Amino acid sequence: MPRVIVDVMLKPEILDPQGKAVAGALPRLGFDGISSVRQGKRFELEVDGTVDEAKLAEVRSAAETLLSNPVIEDVVSVRVAEETA
Amino acid sequence: MPKIGVVTFPGTLDDRDALRAVKLAGAEPVALWHNEDDLHGVDAIILPGGFSYGDYLRAGAISRFAPVMERVVDAAKGGMPVLGICNGFQILTETHLLPGSMIKNAHRTFICRDQPLRVETSRTAWTTDYTDGEVIRIPLKNQDGQYVADQRTLDMLEAENRVVFRYVEGATHGPAGFEENPNGSVNAIAGITNEWGNVVGLMPHPEHAVEAGFGPDMPGEGTRSGTDGARFFSSVLTSLVAAN
Repeated sequence: MPRVIVDVMLKPEILDPQGKAVAGALPRLGFDGISSVRQGKRFELEVDGTVDEAKLAEVRSAAETLLSNPVIEDVVSVRVAEETA
Repeated sequence: MPKIGVVTFPGTLDDRDALRAVKLAGAEPVALWHNEDDLHGVDAIILPGGFSYGDYLRAGAISRFAPVMERVVDAAKGGMPVLGICNGFQILTETHLLPGSMIKNAHRTFICRDQPLRVETSRTAWTTDYTDGEVIRIPLKNQDGQYVADQRTLDMLEAENRVVFRYVEGATHGPAGFEENPNGSVNAIAGITNEWGNVVGLMPHPEHAVEAGFGPDMPGEGTRSGTDGARFFSSVLTSLVAAN
């Protein structure tokens, strides 16, 4: 079954407290040289049948309606996953 | 007797307190169910606090699509008073009945304290019994309480006097740097209203401050003696009488 991957990120101007917490923890573990972290969400949608342009448009619409809140988040990508063996 | 509905979603926590607050104010409380497409003839609606649908995806994101919400949106657009408390406020922003959104508290921890608020306007359906500029104290308890909105929205809210409550100093404890503004909300915004003043959302909890002995601690007055939240519920009765 084909999978569509949707990535959602907080808008750049919105503070990301979770990303900040991760960035703060990295140096404590010895991972230096990482100055900033922003945390997002990845959705994997299994789609019936084949994925054509119409299906992708539908997924994009779902991503903008439910998977993200356009006030604080951007849908940064909607793409078909590579088949894995 | 006016009927005030309180919606219960899966994961709602404060519905019973809200129903009790309605009863103490002298209205008839009506329990509404998320999965029902019916408002049972209520005159006003409260969306209470909690973690509806586990706050999965985003706080309030899934509740927005519950069958009862379609009716709530129609009623709100028709002028019915609607109050969203905490998770209820988050649902109102997800539903776009109120602008902006809530993200995680800036200090990343859950906060629970008795919170002083300044009432910025009494010209809403839920604040008519308060005085402009009055400071009240009611409980605050949340994880995702940081109000955010873009500059254009903020300018509009301020210009139209639609910030209803602002966090002010005077809380007894909290994370360092958050003595006044408990979650980093922009412009210290604790609650807002829509352009008609019938829909109000706020993060703190008026329904937990309606009965002496069970309310917040009031410095200089006594422990658990605070009843500053009671006038939310008397205000809406005043508004309903004025409207009829």
